Amino acid sequence: MSLEETAYSVFLGLLFLYCVLAAGKAVDPVFAFHATIGAIASAAGIFLIVRSYIDRDGRVEPAEINGKPNYNLGPVKFASIAAMFWGIAGFSVGIWIALELAYPALNLGLPWTTFGRLRPLHTSAVIFAFGGNVLLATSFYVVQRTSRARMPGLVTPWVVILGYNVFIVIAGTGYLLGVTQSKEYAEPEWYADLWLTIVWVAYLLVFLATLWRRKEPHIYVANWFYLAFIVTIAMLHIINNAAVPVSVFGSKSYVVWSGVQDAMVQWWYGHNAVGFFLTAGFLAIMYYFVPKRANRPVYSYRLSIIHFWALIFLYIWAGPHHLHYTALPEWASTLGMVFSVMLWMPSWGGMINGLMTLSGAWDKLRTDPVLRLLVVSVAFYGMSTFEGPLMSVKAVNSLSHYTDWTIGHVHSGALGWVGYVSFGALYCMVPWIYGKRDVYSLKLVDWHFWISTLGIVLYITSMWVSGIMQGLMWRAYTELGFLQYSFVETVEAMHPYYVIRALGGILFLTGAVIMAVNLYLTIRHGESEKPAADVALAPAE
Amino acid sequence: MSLMQKHVVFERNSIVLLIGILIVVAIGGLVEIVPLFYLKSTIETVTGMRPYSPLELAGRNIFIREGCYLCHSQMIRPMRDEIERYGHFSLAAESQYDHPFQWGSKRTGPDLARVGGKYSDDWHVAHLVDPRSVVPASVMPAYPFLKETPLKAALIADDMKTLRLQGVPYTDEDIANAEADLKAQVNPDGMTEGLVARYPKTVVRDFDGNPNKLTEMDALVAYLQMLGTLVDFSTYDDKANLR
Repeated sequence: MSLEETAYSVFLGLLFLYCVLAAGKAVDPVFAFHATIGAIASAAGIFLIVRSYIDRDGRVEPAEINGKPNYNLGPVKFASIAAMFWGIAGFSVGIWIALELAYPALNLGLPWTTFGRLRPLHTSAVIFAFGGNVLLATSFYVVQRTSRARMPGLVTPWVVILGYNVFIVIAGTGYLLGVTQSKEYAEPEWYADLWLTIVWVAYLLVFLATLWRRKEPHIYVANWFYLAFIVTIAMLHIINNAAVPVSVFGSKSYVVWSGVQDAMVQWWYGHNAVGFFLTAGFLAIMYYFVPKRANRPVYSYRLSIIHFWALIFLYIWAGPHHLHYTALPEWASTLGMVFSVMLWMPSWGGMINGLMTLSGAWDKLRTDPVLRLLVVSVAFYGMSTFEGPLMSVKAVNSLSHYTDWTIGHVHSGALGWVGYVSFGALYCMVPWIYGKRDVYSLKLVDWHFWISTLGIVLYITSMWVSGIMQGLMWRAYTELGFLQYSFVETVEAMHPYYVIRALGGILFLTGAVIMAVNLYLTIRHGESEKPAADVALAPAE
Repeated sequence: MSLMQKHVVFERNSIVLLIGILIVVAIGGLVEIVPLFYLKSTIETVTGMRPYSPLELAGRNIFIREGCYLCHSQMIRPMRDEIERYGHFSLAAESQYDHPFQWGSKRTGPDLARVGGKYSDDWHVAHLVDPRSVVPASVMPAYPFLKETPLKAALIADDMKTLRLQGVPYTDEDIANAEADLKAQVNPDGMTEGLVARYPKTVVRDFDGNPNKLTEMDALVAYLQMLGTLVDFSTYDDKANLR
């Protein structure tokens, strides 16, 4: 066995022993359950390592074949399929909770199906399970292609991909069983956070080690964004989740921060989960897949440099705009607002760089629905990065905060930008990694595009109306100077918009199901790429 | 353009790029977060604030477990309509012992920062068991199981020890009496002097309407009934913490 295989086997063996011990000594049933999952996963990991060791029979995949890099695509394939699976799961839970708000009987009176437990399941499933697997898959693909080098490691890339998905399972089952830190978008408890930290360090190492093997002198711009995403998320994750467990054999922990400080740390984290997970990471996707699909170079090299540094510098400051008019000191909230407004510029710089890449290839929008998905995603990015600074202005925020306007804003970014750029990238990448010429059916991509676009439009317009309406109703006064509406009257008024929103979600999910079918058909029945000419030719006599 | 050419250093060396990224992303957080641990307005002391009683803490953990914060904020902003609807705007000190904070980000339901004492225990129990029995248009989930589930509180002293480690001023006496205090708070006929002395303004009642059983409903209602009641705004000096 190689050193790498031995080290991971020993590590997983120790983890297995700890999990068995923890399952036996657990102070609460959920921790016992999660320790059991951990034990099964560790044992499965050892089994996989040993089996692949026996299968490879002393051979190591060559880094190059016939002078061409022999890319490691197994982990990319797994993460792509996992992304599609989690996407559909996450969208479905989203529709369920949207319907719960319209028809509360759907909460079913059971602990596991209430809105309060399913909402983190929805957000984590779409952001971290769907989005995360898209980022893992594309980053492993892009960094290998743009470095023209095989990703190093026999086991480590798989530890990253499988370890990350085990984290998702532990987090998701935990929410359903009532295990949460209550920090939005950072709900998993201490042991899941620790595991994610280990996986993330492995991810950073694989990514860097691939860069170190590169045959190109320059690191391609997409990789700057991936690197910023990986490093910054590590920083945010560790600081925001700093916690002390009540027992090392129990699921409950207390976060070390409290009150105002905790609020600031949380939204510093929360807004930059948007900034670095959902923006920087997906901008990396834009910088690789838009030029590739359009067959055009990136519009401006200088703009990408300015875009990169300005974006990562300014984003970090924007968190306090989630805390306007709260007990957070006003100077901090003003800083958050000012930087959020400034952030508009690098955001649009990135949008312009993405859109203008199509110069001379705009006609392809008519014929290529995959490129259309990518371009519309960049347009949605531009729209939500205009809406965001607008909502960060205190006067606007005093109305929009605590209302559905925020939910609508998030979804124009999440469905329109993150969703579409992911769909576009998967439609490009799945045929490439499976050696197919293109997706099985472009017609189905077209259907996906139009159905889900209609869904997004219904979603965000209904949330604009309900959010602004509720904000105005809360502050409405009668002629005599009394509050005009009781709280529950404003809840009642939301009902039709909640129904429309759920309908929008159903359309979006329908599109994703069409996509899954299309990708399945691509993998199974897609037309193979023509064999490369240099392989087919017989040597001249 | 020479500056752009210098950027080559970052593009050719992954470690330089990595360090550059780390420096650039660290600045904003350092400027915005670090002062909050020193500024008077964010570490103010306000008369009346005390750590949660053991039962209230157990109730708070149920509030967190059920994700109540996803629809209910606990942060009243200083606008006329909010103050008239919910009460005095929230002070920083009022969440000083909250690990983690529960300010929330969405009001699908009303703010709860000062819900304590606004409704009767009976109302809370009926509302949690079936929200639409008391508020017909409510979209809140029903939590009938809280009334049936016995409160697991054997480890509450460990919870308090963990919080003390993080700076919540629980005394040795508080921790030694944790389990007894927890049970005493739902038993108005028992010995409650120690509990009330340790946790001023603590309300001692059988909260869930079933004196024979200590349930999760007891803990959650005890928590809801104390929210926002600790600071007495008739004597609160808003100039005391000015620099």
